[in-house]
Amino acid sequence: MAETPLWEVFIRPRNGLSHKHVGSIHAADEVLAVQAARDVYTRRGEGTSIWVVRSADIVASDPDQAAENFEPTAGKVYRHPTFYEIPEEVGHM
Amino acid sequence: MYSQGLIGADSRTEETPEFLERFQARIDAEEKIEPNDAMPEGYRRTLVRQIGQHAHSEIVGMLPEGNWITRAPSLRRKAALLAKVQDEGGHGLYLYSAAETLGVSREQMTEELLSGKAKYSSIFNYPTLSWADIGIIGWLVDGAAIMNQIPLCRCSFGPYARAMIRVCKEESFHQRQGYEIVMTLARGTDAQREMVQDALNRWWWPSIMMFGPHDSDSQHSDQNMAWKIKRFSNDELRQKFIDATVPQAEYLGLTIPDPDLTWNEEKGGYDHGPIDWDEFWRVVKGHGPMARDRIKARRKAWDDGAWVREAALAHAEKRRARKQTMAAE
Ligand SMILES: [Fe+2]
Ligand SMILES: [Fe+2]
Repeated sequence: MAETPLWEVFIRPRNGLSHKHVGSIHAADEVLAVQAARDVYTRRGEGTSIWVVRSADIVASDPDQAAENFEPTAGKVYRHPTFYEIPEEVGHM
Repeated sequence: MYSQGLIGADSRTEETPEFLERFQARIDAEEKIEPNDAMPEGYRRTLVRQIGQHAHSEIVGMLPEGNWITRAPSLRRKAALLAKVQDEGGHGLYLYSAAETLGVSREQMTEELLSGKAKYSSIFNYPTLSWADIGIIGWLVDGAAIMNQIPLCRCSFGPYARAMIRVCKEESFHQRQGYEIVMTLARGTDAQREMVQDALNRWWWPSIMMFGPHDSDSQHSDQNMAWKIKRFSNDELRQKFIDATVPQAEYLGLTIPDPDLTWNEEKGGYDHGPIDWDEFWRVVKGHGPMARDRIKARRKAWDDGAWVREAALAHAEKRRARKQTMAAE
């Protein structure tokens, strides 16, 4: 028998906030996925909006390349405001 | 869960001493391990087994309480019990999805539960004989589950920890509604008091067995502690549970069915009588009074739902095909 597809569920806790990943759900199609996500992930007013995305459609960065991808930014201290020395007399900047 | 393509990639990881040492260093630094990270095969296997068993326990745990939904004594109790049982179903689903991030499929896990290969908490192999059992289960069984689950919120495996945070937020209601039922009965007629004491007598020992064998007899404990899958030993958690529960029973004038239970001033906790581990292992191995019924009920639910799953997939396929033709026109 065909497997019921897996969907990733994202919920906006309230307007003004981004949708946030909360978990996943199995459902035959997008309509049922939204309904199942509502039942499983919002039983106590956890959200005002739901996104579902087929798990198979998510493209992720390779964890083996995490060092190449993200470590170079750690060396770029000049991207942070504290790198620059401004005299106190100038005031808040 | 995320990017299924990468899952299992690390099962090719060579477990050199350097690799294991680096992994342990990440754990020691309280770094969370995420699904696509390289991990020792033993770590993955342990989590698949533990999260799977935990999920199955939530699902099977719906049965003993579901047994009383239609016979709840008031609309208030019925609404609460229905909501609780629905929560347990939700807990099962959060946990299955956490296990799936480790590369095991839902079908595989379901199959292992239905074939009897996978274990679940043996507490659910006891019958719920009276309405008082529903109160006692919420108070003791959910109470013990909370003790076990709170440290799991800090488990080193990210998806498991996150699922447990959701679960723990919901458990408090379960325990409180249970204690409220117990309290109502304990303050009721003689017959009600007798009924609730009888339920306590039957559920006390199975509840304290929920923490598993004594530390001296526990197999996987050391490695799981080192991997920070487990944070407290079985006996430590059992002790916390007993110390928290005894005063709650005393408050209601109920008697814990353990004649050896005594306050130990020196350790600041209760000493309890010997646990019948023969019974524990009998029930774990599937000889509990309800073991056959539980699996039979799960199989029936799975088989009876087959046409729904098939129809939903067929309908999804039809809609997809229709959309495609419309787009082509
Ligand atoms: Fe639960
Ligand atoms: Fe619960």
